Amino acid sequence: MSSNIYDFSKLTGSVHAWLSGLMSSGWVTFTELVLVGLVFLLLYALLGLFLVYLERKVCAIIQNRIGPNRVGKWGIIQTIADLVKLLLKELIPIRKSDPLLFNLAPFIVIICSFLAMAALPYAKGLQAIDFNIGVFYVMAVSSLSVVGILIAGWSSNSKYSLIGAMRSGAQIVSYELSVGLSLLAIVVFTGSMQLSTIVESQANGWWIFKGHIPAFISFVIFLIASTAEINRGPFDLAEAESELTAGFHTEYSGIKFAFFFLAEYMNMFIVSALGATVFLGGWMPFHIGNWEGFNHIMDFIPSAVWFFTKTFFIILIIMWFKWTFPRLRIDQLLTLEWKYLLPISLFNIVLIAFIVLMGWHF
Amino acid sequence: MSEEIIQDVIIGESEDYIINLGPQHPSTHGVLRLEVCLKGETVKYLNPHVGYIHRGIEKMCEAITYQQIIHLTDRMDYLSAHMNNEAVCMVVEDALQVEVPERVKYIRTILDELNRLASHQLWWCAFGMDLGALTTFFYGLRDREHILDIFEESFGSRLLHSFNTPGGLMHDVHPNFQKRIKDFIKYFREKLPEYDQLLTGNIIFQNRAKGIGYMSKETAIGYGVTGPSGRGSNFSCDIRKIAPYGVYDKVQFNEILETGCDTFARYKVRMAEMWESLSILEQLVDNIPEGDFTAKMKPVVKLPAGEYFRRVETARGELAVYVVSDGNKNPYRMRFRTPNFSNLFVMNEIASGYKIADLIAISGSLDLVIPDIDR
Repeated sequence: MSSNIYDFSKLTGSVHAWLSGLMSSGWVTFTELVLVGLVFLLLYALLGLFLVYLERKVCAIIQNRIGPNRVGKWGIIQTIADLVKLLLKELIPIRKSDPLLFNLAPFIVIICSFLAMAALPYAKGLQAIDFNIGVFYVMAVSSLSVVGILIAGWSSNSKYSLIGAMRSGAQIVSYELSVGLSLLAIVVFTGSMQLSTIVESQANGWWIFKGHIPAFISFVIFLIASTAEINRGPFDLAEAESELTAGFHTEYSGIKFAFFFLAEYMNMFIVSALGATVFLGGWMPFHIGNWEGFNHIMDFIPSAVWFFTKTFFIILIIMWFKWTFPRLRIDQLLTLEWKYLLPISLFNIVLIAFIVLMGWHF
Repeated sequence: MSEEIIQDVIIGESEDYIINLGPQHPSTHGVLRLEVCLKGETVKYLNPHVGYIHRGIEKMCEAITYQQIIHLTDRMDYLSAHMNNEAVCMVVEDALQVEVPERVKYIRTILDELNRLASHQLWWCAFGMDLGALTTFFYGLRDREHILDIFEESFGSRLLHSFNTPGGLMHDVHPNFQKRIKDFIKYFREKLPEYDQLLTGNIIFQNRAKGIGYMSKETAIGYGVTGPSGRGSNFSCDIRKIAPYGVYDKVQFNEILETGCDTFARYKVRMAEMWESLSILEQLVDNIPEGDFTAKMKPVVKLPAGEYFRRVETARGELAVYVVSDGNKNPYRMRFRTPNFSNLFVMNEIASGYKIADLIAISGSLDLVIPDIDR
């Protein structure tokens, strides 16, 4: 099935063969590492710039505005201009801050989001590392960013930052559970944590359709909990501009602030990509059971297009949340997680295990 | 500033976790400083510090004529500029026993209500923003723009009107005045339900607003909290009803009272007041009588020696003007009882014990305009 989808491992394989002809195997590995790193850096920067631009346009549409429209056609270069401004801005040293931790925090946050990108399958055969514990790995590295946020809040020597960081700590640690449990639902269906296996298992239909209502519940819980985990509205308590001015990154300026900002957007991309991969089939085209002709037509759309379309669909939903809902209060946030989402997820897992046991899913 | 001096300034116990909200803070809507003592996320007590935008308006008034004072009152509660102007005008007219033409009274009342609407719209924008719903800001401003356009057409300025003068108006309104107001009423009757759809019905919003910032009727009266904030605590304090001025005695309208006493009650009062303002405008806009736009006044206004007092209902509550005159062209003493000053100081009473996010919601629901507090 889906044999006519272009496999990117052909491309990477031919690059590898070409390099092997030029140099010894040690150098080949080194060159390939550098190449992959460069590709990811480029992807990271481009996606970051595009997401910021997209967010500004989406929120403008929701708010009856036009959005950026002065720099370049339709304001396309606006985010690049902003980036240049941030690069040129002075890095203000904070008196009585802890300089080492203060400077380290933005890097921890951005490295965590960078690490998670390595395990995502972007298209058929296009995946940097195919861990056999892929879901677990992405969860683990993306939750490391809370360490960076806590360090940022603690080392800034600002009371607003500290409150923001503490809020963020409580929030991320709580919502991690729901994200994990909702992903576990699909892991139970698939029987594997390997992201490529999860995608392959959706060749005859995406899990959100195949998994009956429990999979859909998992998807909704995943959306809510992952929005909270990446500190976006309506769960942006860690930043809460009307309460804490800017929360944990109040004291950061210039490129260090840009790192936090970029990491926030890339985290949004990562959770959306993970959601798309696990629930909506990743790069797998829209297939319906045994409809060979229909499935064949769907295969003509390149797999990368499927992946990014699904990812941006989830990103748009998350943006839609942010620009229409008011912010929750910290106790309401924790109530939502511990009293509603977590019990529902636990019950859902049991239900799914039962379904899988009885073999009721497709 | 050395460590010891900083310690001295802070009131309370040394282990208290004190943060200063303001003077530069996104949700104090101006240069207000709230010294907030926290226990975790909970507010233990708070201490408002005022004076960051004190310009000495009351003292300045003693050196200038009554016509000039009008222009200073704009700068107190800039969102109720017209009501502030009217209060001073009415004091002078009372003192001189000038009967202003009916046309002036009608136009003043219409402008009062338009101003109240514009102010409530801006409050709605800002209140949503305080709670993190950023889209409200643009919805509110979109509609406020229509009112400001009406103002601009008639008297050239959008925010600080200074359109009143003792005895009447500076000049007549623009010929389009009535038509544009009618257009606006039609437009805004369609748009106002959008406000409810976007914010009022939202479950997160309701959870954030309900049961927060309980202000009993006794507290409201005790602190002199007037306007929509007071009426949210069932405190009947609408000057338009108690001591009608302009043509408020000729129109049918309800004083909105809510018994909820919380942030949501204050929210509902303002939302209902927008509907009331629209209905007042509808009753008045077709009935503006023809006539002069000002009574006959002497070029130099001198108030007879004595004390004069007048109060109006601004968008935020009761504004009282007290003038002591010694017979000169300047007042001997001028005193403004501004609504926001009283509304601010109830904060410690009603915000203590709630979370810091609730503090923002409560200060938003009191609809404070900081230059009005300091004057």
